[in-house]
Amino acid sequence: DMELRELKVCLLGDTGVGKSSIVWRFVEDSFDPNINPTIGASFMTKTVQYQNELHRFLIWDTAGQERFRALAPMYYRGSAAAIIVYDITKEESFQTLKNWVKELRQHGPPNIVVAIAGNKCDLSDAREVSEKDAKDYADSIHAIFVETSAKNAININEVFLEISQRIPVVDASGASAGKGFKLRRDPSDSRRNCC
Amino acid sequence: MAADVHNKAVPWETANGSLAPVERLRQDRCDSPTPGLVEGTEPGAGQDSHMFVHAQSFEDLTADGDDTRAEAAGSENTSRLGEPADEGAQGLPSEEEQVEEKESHPGSRAKEEDVTSEAWRRHRKHVFVLSEAGKPIYSRYGTEEALSSTMGVMMALVSFVEAEKNIIRSIHADGYKVVFLRKSPLVLVGVAQTLQSERDLSRELHYIYYQIISLLTLTQLNHIFQHKQNYDLRRLLAGSEHLTDNLLKLLDRDPGLLLSAVTCLPLSSSVRDVISSSLQAAKAKNLVFSILLAGSHLVTLVRKKDQYLHHMDLHLLFNLVGSSSSFREGEGWTPICLPKFNTAGFFHAHISYLEPGTDLCLILVSTDREDFFNLSDCKHRFLERLRRRTAYQALQEALKNPSYSVSQVGIPELRHFLYKSKSSGLYTSPEFPVPYQSEEEQERIMELYQYLHSRIHHPTRPLRFIYCCGESENLLAWVTSGFELYLCFSPLGTKALAVSAINKLLKWIRKEEDRLFILSPQTY
Repeated sequence: DMELRELKVCLLGDTGVGKSSIVWRFVEDSFDPNINPTIGASFMTKTVQYQNELHRFLIWDTAGQERFRALAPMYYRGSAAAIIVYDITKEESFQTLKNWVKELRQHGPPNIVVAIAGNKCDLSDAREVSEKDAKDYADSIHAIFVETSAKNAININEVFLEISQRIPVVDASGASAGKGFKLRRDPSDSRRNCC
Repeated sequence: MAADVHNKAVPWETANGSLAPVERLRQDRCDSPTPGLVEGTEPGAGQDSHMFVHAQSFEDLTADGDDTRAEAAGSENTSRLGEPADEGAQGLPSEEEQVEEKESHPGSRAKEEDVTSEAWRRHRKHVFVLSEAGKPIYSRYGTEEALSSTMGVMMALVSFVEAEKNIIRSIHADGYKVVFLRKSPLVLVGVAQTLQSERDLSRELHYIYYQIISLLTLTQLNHIFQHKQNYDLRRLLAGSEHLTDNLLKLLDRDPGLLLSAVTCLPLSSSVRDVISSSLQAAKAKNLVFSILLAGSHLVTLVRKKDQYLHHMDLHLLFNLVGSSSSFREGEGWTPICLPKFNTAGFFHAHISYLEPGTDLCLILVSTDREDFFNLSDCKHRFLERLRRRTAYQALQEALKNPSYSVSQVGIPELRHFLYKSKSSGLYTSPEFPVPYQSEEEQERIMELYQYLHSRIHHPTRPLRFIYCCGESENLLAWVTSGFELYLCFSPLGTKALAVSAINKLLKWIRKEEDRLFILSPQTY
């Protein structure tokens, strides 16, 4: 039997950059160009094989709109990895991404793996953020970097694969995940009553 | 073209407003084929307890407004029924008027419209939301930026009248009604060419107001504008415009919002009971409401004891689910304020479809924002339990026919009807028959129902019975303390025929009430 590891991942980033589309492509291998903005957050899981282990991704796809901003800590606090998404055709979304990185540094779990995804790379004609600038920035903060297209299924699985590679065994169990986080399956909850 | 209004008690009504003594009906209501007319004995009335906040339908909505005339309305009796109603509107609108409407139906690109164009002006109903500083927050058609000077004028009108210690309520001119709703810190304005009364338009503006509150809470809204009067609220509402757009569509098309009621998926009561009890068993400490929907139909609702849901809050939940494809995959988790329950705080809703590709959507409402996995667990327990029962197959079967044909009633001239049981807050209605299958025709018939509703609930001259003849259909509406009934007949029918159809229809609804209504609502 293969060992099953649970990897908690959250997606952060400006509204409309394609966070949900990336998750739908990864989980369902589907794409809907007329998708509505996410309301609150959406939870999905997908299990993939990685070497001789099974990795079960528990994915929190958060809404990018300002009114849900204050809820984000609830989702990233317990995560082993965060995928921060920007839209390569919107410079502003790259600035928002930098703010997310800052917030994670200050309030996120200490060893959280950060992946930066420059989405909509199929629209390179309208590009506003150069691949090199983004890559340099990602390197400077030791983050995974890929340009993706949820629409054309480019580099989507790769992001998750890189996360699988980067997450040390001890973190994947959620052992290092921050205190005060309750939005996860909590085995101690059921035990509490017994003692 | 004539509105015909009874000014005497109708022949089938007895002194206590019922065909049979109340006591007898309460006892053997299910055996009795005779429907009661008073509240609690009408077809569809719940047997044990109510599901919703007990609401006098529509009055409840305006109760928190400044409409003091509403109080007087209740006391008026039928002696005034013979008088013509407001604005001299008599009978149904002519076909010529209707033709123009069709051209002005909005496309999906409504936002990019040129606000100086004739097409923009011709929309049947505009809705604008602005801040007290006159800043645009929402416009149904056209971008808010393009309308900022128009909204400035609206705010100037409101302020001008208020300076004289007065309140502007509406302007009637050139076939338009301009209705103002002042709900500090917001101002809502409706501009309509419809047959609706000022009061019904105001009711719709309330819906839009509560839609905004459901996203932010009133507390947060007040807080924002206290700190910064000039705040651009669109920043916080970004990504929710489609909810308001869709709600306005529902207001034009969904009888539930007109009747302040909810409709159920027709289902045998034994099947519904199994579903309800499965839902009841899947409870959690902070769970307040469990709601199972099939499209726009309610399958069942289980609530915490002593906690009631208001039909308006339920409509806002329906709208949230119905207008967002984002709940189609995975499990949604979102804060939501149910403004009729409490405008100050958020509930947290777990929203998910039971299975891929199904219309069955489960909404679990909790008071705890970190309750997600507890509620996710509730959902799985519910589904597991339900799957083991044959009721689940019966439910899947019922989903194939979420509505029914009016021909089942067996009244040849009857084309369509709306029946609302006041005590349960539930209504039933058949699918629209052939002449009303296009969106335009459905909106037209809905507008006629809205017109009857406006007449029946007129603030100073309410009616209990109204019969109207038009070129395309004849309409009848009747309200008692127990129900509201709206009937649509072929234009060839007569009034005598329509009147005799009422009893037959009520008997049919009584016979079918187990299937069409939720008679025994459950609590945890």
